[in-house]
Amino acid sequence: MEDTIVAISTSLGVGAISILRVSGKESIPLVNSIFKGKDLAKVKSHTIHYGFIKDKEEIIDEVLVSVMLSPKTFTTEDIVEINCHGGIATTNRILELLIENGGRLAEPGEFTKRAFLNGRISLLEAESVSDLIESKSESQRRMAISGVNGRLTAIIKKIREDILNIIANIEVNIDYPEYEDALEITHEYLKEKGKMIKQDLELLVSNAKVGKLIKSGIDIALVGRPNVGKSSILNALLNEERAIVTDISGTTRDVIEAHMTLNGIEINLIDTAGIRETEDVVEKIGVDKSKQIIDSADLIILVLNNNEKQTEEDQRLLKQINDKKYIVFVNKDDLETKLILENNLNVIKGNTKELEGLEKLKQKIIEMYNLDQINEKDLTYLSNVRQINLVSESLKSIEKSLEDIEKEIPIDMLEIHLRHAFDVLGTLIGETYEDELVDKLFKNFCLGK
Amino acid sequence: MKYDVIVVGGGHAGCESAHISAFMGKKTLLVTMNKNNIADMPCNPSIGGTAKGVIVRDIDALGGLMGKVADESHFQIKMLNSKKGPAVRSLRCQADKTTYPKNMLKRLESTKNLTILEATVENILVENKKVKGIVLANDDEIDCDSLILTTGTYLKSNILRGSTNREGGPHGEARSNFLSDNLRKLGFTIQRLKTGTPPRIKKESIDFSVCSEEYGDTTFFTFSHDDAPKYKIEEQQKCYLVYTNEVTHQIILDNLDKSSMYGGYVTGVGPRYCPSIEDKIVRFKDKLRHQLFLEPESMYYDEWYLQGFSTSMPEEVQEEMVHSLKGLEKAIITKYAYAIEYDAIDPLQLKPSLETKIIENLFTAGQINGTSGYEEAAGQGLIAGINAVRKLDNKEAFVLKRNESYLGVLIDDLVTKGTKEPYRMLTSRAEYRLLLRHDNSDLRLREYGHQLGTLTNQMYENYLNHLKEIEELKSFLKSTKLEINDKIKTYFLEKNYSIPLNKTSLFELLKRPEITMEFLEPIQEIPFNESCKEIVSIEIKYEGYIKKTEKEIERMLKLEEKQIPKDIDYKKVKNLASEARQKLEIVRPLSIGQASRISGVNPADISILTIYLKKEYGK
Repeated sequence: MEDTIVAISTSLGVGAISILRVSGKESIPLVNSIFKGKDLAKVKSHTIHYGFIKDKEEIIDEVLVSVMLSPKTFTTEDIVEINCHGGIATTNRILELLIENGGRLAEPGEFTKRAFLNGRISLLEAESVSDLIESKSESQRRMAISGVNGRLTAIIKKIREDILNIIANIEVNIDYPEYEDALEITHEYLKEKGKMIKQDLELLVSNAKVGKLIKSGIDIALVGRPNVGKSSILNALLNEERAIVTDISGTTRDVIEAHMTLNGIEINLIDTAGIRETEDVVEKIGVDKSKQIIDSADLIILVLNNNEKQTEEDQRLLKQINDKKYIVFVNKDDLETKLILENNLNVIKGNTKELEGLEKLKQKIIEMYNLDQINEKDLTYLSNVRQINLVSESLKSIEKSLEDIEKEIPIDMLEIHLRHAFDVLGTLIGETYEDELVDKLFKNFCLGK
Repeated sequence: MKYDVIVVGGGHAGCESAHISAFMGKKTLLVTMNKNNIADMPCNPSIGGTAKGVIVRDIDALGGLMGKVADESHFQIKMLNSKKGPAVRSLRCQADKTTYPKNMLKRLESTKNLTILEATVENILVENKKVKGIVLANDDEIDCDSLILTTGTYLKSNILRGSTNREGGPHGEARSNFLSDNLRKLGFTIQRLKTGTPPRIKKESIDFSVCSEEYGDTTFFTFSHDDAPKYKIEEQQKCYLVYTNEVTHQIILDNLDKSSMYGGYVTGVGPRYCPSIEDKIVRFKDKLRHQLFLEPESMYYDEWYLQGFSTSMPEEVQEEMVHSLKGLEKAIITKYAYAIEYDAIDPLQLKPSLETKIIENLFTAGQINGTSGYEEAAGQGLIAGINAVRKLDNKEAFVLKRNESYLGVLIDDLVTKGTKEPYRMLTSRAEYRLLLRHDNSDLRLREYGHQLGTLTNQMYENYLNHLKEIEELKSFLKSTKLEINDKIKTYFLEKNYSIPLNKTSLFELLKRPEITMEFLEPIQEIPFNESCKEIVSIEIKYEGYIKKTEKEIERMLKLEEKQIPKDIDYKKVKNLASEARQKLEIVRPLSIGQASRISGVNPADISILTIYLKKEYGK
């Protein structure tokens, strides 16, 4: 039996719902280990279950989980699909959890490949799988496998080279113990070098997060009761009459999306229909959608009316956004203060007639995402989850070696971690291990009889 | 006259092949050009070394001779890397060049079913792509069912010093002039390889007082799993360390065009790991000095080996070079250094059993396969011998995997990647070396030996006893619990170790990185032998690492299980990269696992191949 593979099978950040797919003999125990709800080992095949994804005790998302048992599945293996809310952060977090708990990130096309190898799909379909991994030139092949651009490849090559130099040196110490010209790698030396490599990898990972911002921007949802001024805020931010602004409650029935840039980063503003219980069918559709948007947005701006007392709805919204990234904007501060609100760092007061409050709002967003630092950074970034995961895996190995240095584990054992880090980075840029090490050994060291 | 198995060549590969074949009951003939050169050591006077020492252990575990003969023939033995991790410890001995061949010959002569013949083989008899026998230089023919070629450096060999190029093998022995040409005619790709050896110095002419001394170990070690140490620690001999200097380097640079290598007189490819001194000086210009070792060759004559000073300079330049060394100003060179070129086959034409793909029942082992080193040769000889016998008995070939022995790594590398330079085993070539240790050699291989019929009853019994003791030690450690009293508390505190909970088992305690059996013994006797203690300590201490390695092995083995049909036509596999297709056609790997190790075959090619197999063969 093959190992258990995981992947996000919907395109990231586009839909309101994302689906993660898990296939392999460990699928069910794997999802079970992060699922709060029914025991998935005991449910019938081809059933759907409601529950939560948890990281230890922390709830990550409210999900629906479909369990499909072998052999009547796409890959003919046990498959579990997790339907979660579409935000990039949540979906990635769940993917990471699955990998941490023993899943392996699927290669491109691997589910289809398994489906074919297990006899699930036909010869004709198989040809298309073959096409999937076919490309013309060797560089294209590598790019297809890795999807990493040239500049990033150069950086990763450099890190690999650093690791390889250490490994080669360790090998010389082992294979030529009496050869005194080679530096003897000590725990201290390895600690120092390991820390440097760790920093390089960490920078790649943190740049990756920036990379995602650059690529996908930030989804910000404006929520609040009808007529608190959401659309006016949107318009003020955009400086254009995008949303229809009226004084009649419930005018904005459709979800309005608008784009602006803040420090070069795209901001997707989503104005929602006023969220409240309603009998009006047309408005109800808008309200349902608003709830979904809250779940999938990266940042929520909750708009409250300074001129009105807190309503039950306001309280419910406050509670709803509590575990998300959010800002509370208290609108209409030019009118009499009737709203009583607990002191909170994320509260900004203002109104749409004066620009001051809106500027504060923008500043707050910039602060929350460190947007002022982005332009100064090297824009080399890892662009997809697979890449980020491979770099993180490599980083973990380096961290493990640093931990084991403290336990005084012999150097040649620690090298196992270094080799793993080296191999994983090789996978990322499509380079295989081959004889690189032996070549290095004889190139850099003067050995012989 | 007909033999079951004929072995051509009496070097380290040939000795193991001939012995094991005869031991397994086959009527065996060993043909050598000179009986006195059986198990000759034409280069360094040592056996073992990093990785190589483990090979010798493994040969012994499988019933081979090298470890036992080395144990009775050395004058110094040392555990290398003893201060490093357990996976890289390896034995090396200074073997006596007089005693070692004698002891080997004695063992061969007393082996039942084995005949030794002095002759030169110039051709092999083949019928329907199947081996039939050999032809000697005097045109005599001898028939056999199976033939093992272990010809070493004697195929069309040339000895080079400066511009002199003389036909012949080591020690000026005759070479085989036609065998490699005849192999080429049969379809073998012949490549030209090169190696070299340093000068030998007369003992009395060395001023040892200015050289630093190098000692052996003061603890007893044996290569063999069966024999107790036979030597006396106080009789161990010293080696010495000397250095090159700026004068030496200048002499070499001034005369570079006179060296065979730099003067363009050599066509063979030399090993990178074994460069000549002129190579070292040219390639590493900024090094002010290079280390050299002076090692005695034998207790029965007074020649010393100058390790690290291999060269192909003319004799007069060698004189100057040697005399520039401190302590060797008045040295008398008894044998000049030389480079040697010889013919070898391309090991990609071999199966993992070491049978050739071209001629049935023809096996090759040792330097003819492109390797270097006594131990690498002996290991292949043993495997070729075993498989020649198994083939005759219609039994499946004995193929060690990469996670089972350095011999598995060695042969897999040869038949999968080939080699363009003489191949030397290095620990870095073994990705699972944590499991391929000196200490667990018998645990890895004796059971195989038993099943193959290569062990005496005594050898198998030794292993079973060892196994039993290990189990007993484990249960002793689990059931023995430490009662914490004041004395023990102080003992721990003195070392700054945290005090364990009362009644913690020794087994649990040993999991702590800082706690060793040595530390525990003053407070709790552990009545077991050292080799058991070593194995069990390693298993407890490095459990995490061992498990990690085992997980990787599991993944590798899954790929090994996916067989590739012998009749596969790679031209029909669409979308393979052209380099991959070429390599696959040459190597013709037996499994997806082997295919994935071929350099130039990428993961995408492996995917395409897997899909093709599924489609065509339903695998």
